[in-house]
Amino acid sequence: MQGLEVRGLSKRFGGLTVSENIDFDLPPGARKALIGPNGAGKSTFANLVTGILRPSSGEIRFDGSDIGGLDEPRRVKLGIAKTFQITTLFRKLTVRENLRLPILEREKRGYSMFARAGSSPETEAEVADLLEQFELTAFADRPVGLLAYGQQRLVEMAMTLALRPRVLILDEPAAGVPSSETHLIVNAIERLPKDLAVLIIEHDMDLVFRVARSIVVLVAGRILTEGTPAQISADPKVRELYLGKSHG
Amino acid sequence: MKSWLTPFLVLALAGAAFLLFPYNLAFLTRILIMILLVLSLDLVLGFAGIATLGQAAMYGTGAYAAGLFAVHASGNPLAGLLVGAFAGAALALVSGLLLMRTRGLTLIMLTIAVASLCLEAANQLRGLTGGADGLRGIRMQPVLGLFPFDFAGQTGYWYALSVTVLVFAGLAVLTRSAFGLSLRGIHESPARMAAIGVSVYWRQVAAYTIGGGIAGIAGALAAQITQLVSLESYSFTISAEALIMLILGGAGRLYGAVIGTVIFMVVHHVAAANDPFNWLFVIGALVLFVVFLVPNGLVSLPLAVTRLWKGARHARA
Ligand SMILES: Nc1ncnc2c1ncn2[C@@H]1O[C@H](COP(=O)(O)OP(=O)(O)O)[C@@H](O)[C@H]1O
Ligand SMILES: [Mg+2]
Repeated sequence: MQGLEVRGLSKRFGGLTVSENIDFDLPPGARKALIGPNGAGKSTFANLVTGILRPSSGEIRFDGSDIGGLDEPRRVKLGIAKTFQITTLFRKLTVRENLRLPILEREKRGYSMFARAGSSPETEAEVADLLEQFELTAFADRPVGLLAYGQQRLVEMAMTLALRPRVLILDEPAAGVPSSETHLIVNAIERLPKDLAVLIIEHDMDLVFRVARSIVVLVAGRILTEGTPAQISADPKVRELYLGKSHG
Repeated sequence: MKSWLTPFLVLALAGAAFLLFPYNLAFLTRILIMILLVLSLDLVLGFAGIATLGQAAMYGTGAYAAGLFAVHASGNPLAGLLVGAFAGAALALVSGLLLMRTRGLTLIMLTIAVASLCLEAANQLRGLTGGADGLRGIRMQPVLGLFPFDFAGQTGYWYALSVTVLVFAGLAVLTRSAFGLSLRGIHESPARMAAIGVSVYWRQVAAYTIGGGIAGIAGALAAQITQLVSLESYSFTISAEALIMLILGGAGRLYGAVIGTVIFMVVHHVAAANDPFNWLFVIGALVLFVVFLVPNGLVSLPLAVTRLWKGARHARA
């Protein structure tokens, strides 16, 4: 099968089971959301898929082959990329340099030692496009650590898109982004290539309903249910467990 | 500032030093060799963020390799430099394969351990290295077949200066390249580097190997110019002083390595001449001054002063 297939995935931290027997598919073109209360194990699941964490048991396949033994950089090179829930940027580097790095690595120029890092017109044009798309052009040459938190979240997303992934996992991309700027995130998601597989972890339900065609609900490490946005918002279990709390 | 102005000024200063201190050429040459070692540390620590107190391991290995090459194979200086560079890089590669799997305090302790092991090995292999007596009998041919090493140390100075300038220029290119940018990325966030598909481990092994090659060149130069290699070249003092010089000047900046080394060596020279027992106090005070007042190193002092000045004017207005 094409895309991502997860079977029987479990993760324990000592005695604490954070993921329990998760079955999950993310075919090309998917627009799925993963929702659930804080501490449900959403980020852990994302970290298992991208290889930041090793599962206690279970299987992860990509395009039919087992990728469970690959480390994070190798999975990234296969096209599985993720944004961090906690902004993880090169704080002292400029916004431009932050965006340049993933492009250079994607093009396997990371060991190029002679040409200046910013000397390729194609790369710089791509950087400029990303800057413009996320309305960051005016801040391009500032150290990213000096930007407002909301803008740092946008850089976080832009850096991950710069990898041109085939599977994109967004871990709470809009958390901390002022509502005046969430449209940049929605627009970016809507402009993604149609065959890209997208999984979005998000608490902002408006955003989830705008971009997701299917929603998976995770509670205490287990998948509670999966369905269309209409089914999920009508599901009494979900209303009680999750939506009920945040939507009054 | 024009991009050629700084290198031009630095080179002019190096030329002026040659003219002004004709009887101190050995000391000036030692500064140049130390600059090379601190540059290697800057690449490893300042750019790639690899914490090390064992750069002397590669320096000493370069020195012994070049010394032995001169004694047993050929007195050709440039061939000897290559041998030193290769030896330093080889040791850095082999030890780096293990070292780069560790972080923080463990890494620092292991880098010290590698240098200590080298020191002990050189001490034990007396037949080869001369042990505590040092490796003697190094006879060098003229540089490029044209410039014989002279007693006043003029050739040594120009030779060391040329090598230092070439290495500096090479590092300037390297640190601006995609590879150099990725090293700064690792320094800032290894987690993000992994997330953009970089094997941080191999990238650090590569940086450590290149840094080892440069430290090896520094050691080789020392061996060729002083025509002696002693166990001292593996000493902890060398690694530690190189680190202090780098912090003084400003890690992660190539000119920081240059300025820090010059200031440390000159202060050391002058203070030790005036008071052989208490010169360390002067160095200590200087380090405290830098760490607390100009944490980015003396290389950033002009900028820091300008900011302070502007701030003061702002406050008055
Ligand atoms: N490295 C870890 N070690 C121990 N416990 C962890 C670790 N990472 C996460 N956890 C625990 O796993 C649970 C799920 O965390 P997380 O996946 O971050 O949840 P979510 O993203 O859904 O809010 C939490 O109880 C958290 O404390
Ligand atoms: Mg989370």
